[in-house]
Amino acid sequence: MDLTSLTIDAARSAVQERKTTALALAEAHYARIQKEDGQIGAFLTLSKERALEQADRIDRMAAEGKVLPPLGGVPVGIKDVMSTRGLRTTAGSKILEKYIPPYDCTAVARMEAAGAVVLGKMNCDEFAMGSSNENSAYRPVRNPRDLSRVPGGSSGGSAAAVAADMAVVTLGSDTGGSIRQPASLCGVVGLMPTYGRVSRYGLIAFASSLDHIGPLAKTVKDAAIVLRTIAGRDPMDSTSADIPVPDYVAELDRPVRGMKLGVAKEYFGEGLDDEVRQAVEAAIDKLKGLGCEIVPVSLPHTPYAIPTYYLIATAEASANLARYDGVRYSHRARGVKTLSEMYRRSRDEGFGAEVKRRIMLGTYALSAGYYDAYYLKAQKVRTLLTRDFDEAFRKIDAIVTPTSPTAAFRLGEKSNDPLAMYLADIYTVTADLAGIPGISVPCGETKEKLPIGLQILGKHFDESTILRLGHAYEQPA
Amino acid sequence: MKVTDKDVAYVADLANLELTAEEHAGMLRDLNSILEYVDRLNELDTSDVPPMAQVSDRYGVDESKQGSARFAYASREDILEGLRKSLSQEEALANAPDADGQFFQVPKVIER
Repeated sequence: MDLTSLTIDAARSAVQERKTTALALAEAHYARIQKEDGQIGAFLTLSKERALEQADRIDRMAAEGKVLPPLGGVPVGIKDVMSTRGLRTTAGSKILEKYIPPYDCTAVARMEAAGAVVLGKMNCDEFAMGSSNENSAYRPVRNPRDLSRVPGGSSGGSAAAVAADMAVVTLGSDTGGSIRQPASLCGVVGLMPTYGRVSRYGLIAFASSLDHIGPLAKTVKDAAIVLRTIAGRDPMDSTSADIPVPDYVAELDRPVRGMKLGVAKEYFGEGLDDEVRQAVEAAIDKLKGLGCEIVPVSLPHTPYAIPTYYLIATAEASANLARYDGVRYSHRARGVKTLSEMYRRSRDEGFGAEVKRRIMLGTYALSAGYYDAYYLKAQKVRTLLTRDFDEAFRKIDAIVTPTSPTAAFRLGEKSNDPLAMYLADIYTVTADLAGIPGISVPCGETKEKLPIGLQILGKHFDESTILRLGHAYEQPA
Repeated sequence: MKVTDKDVAYVADLANLELTAEEHAGMLRDLNSILEYVDRLNELDTSDVPPMAQVSDRYGVDESKQGSARFAYASREDILEGLRKSLSQEEALANAPDADGQFFQVPKVIER
């Protein structure tokens, strides 16, 4: 048995039936990390002690004949923006280089309570700000399919680790596309749940009204298993919804025949690569062949999504990142004489260029005289973008689009042009602004063998529908 | 140019960032280019559109109630011991760059 190419159920069953052990699974993944990750760079920190302790607990359960929990013995990775008690959490930033959180993120705690074995923390763009993982303060992540190319971002390490069989599943976070876009570029499944579906407690805040935690996985079913594990009300996050969590896994096999799928012309316009267009159109044809009805819809405000996003996300970030002051837990500059000098120099040394750029833009958009023109204006357009979806979803069950306008680009290709980089999220940001769920499922590759992703967007709290569609699509014809 | 040198210095001051001369020049260029792009929002008439601050307003809110009672779904009893134990002093200080075991230490604030 190849221990590093298993799905969640296959891994758990193998441990349950004593065909292998959780310890052997963890060690096989660490061996693979040892062999592959030098060139990929998906992991920032390994948590061997924590992993082996959990694996041992699961193996003892299996030996005693107890039924293992849903993720029993499954090796996972956690994006380094989620706090892990006693385990260094950097957010990909130098300013948190030595930060050891005193508590666990709820999503991580739920994964471990369900038996998951945390192998380590995944590399990402600094504070989840980026679309290529080149903004990590530690090292860029490289795409396992082509090491000269980016894995996407900001959950680049989470996507690359799954693509390279260094973890069965990983958790990522999505504020403007940071789960779905890297999933697309690395050829794995990435799910962003509805805002409020998964607690954000313990997630290092980037933009609080837009941040989502979700899984990156090898199959849609694995994503459904993880969502079922981490979803649901958490009293520690007042924006987590008190809405029952359906059994996403049990609902996967319900037929998709008769579902109405919206196709919006705004997602197939200028800037979309021809090969990506062809692959996504072929995917839509396959869904049609499965009995889905294709309905043209219009989301007329789509061209305004990126500017809206960059004002709201940066405004929220400028407030959230004010806490890194060099006093309680972040980097402090040496040799400073005054308090004010300490704040400034610590932040200047600790933050990277993109983070500073976003703090500056957000501070500007919130500053006296500009608040109405920028921040308030963007909040109003956010209403219009959300209404576009409300209107469309009256007639349809889900919307199908490309996840990213292009396949993986080369390292350095966009790193000197912030605007060009921001446009990598053109098909993903709108769902974050509206708070609706979205999934990216692999749908073929370019001539250069680079993965392409199909994005399926759903109604608020209707992850079941997009998971079912993704699952049906993923089955061989 | 919407953003001037003076604006960059002012905003950096508000944000507690100390920019090098090189960073300052790059910021001037990038902020102007991004804001020029963002200006397309002005093509939209939003005079009658309410702002949207967050998604949670779409669920759980009891529209039949007034004021904070509308957000009862998000509130809980104020309890002394909280939902998890408070951090011990030792844990709270563990990540501090400078602490004396009792307090966070910072450069002197008041000059005498």
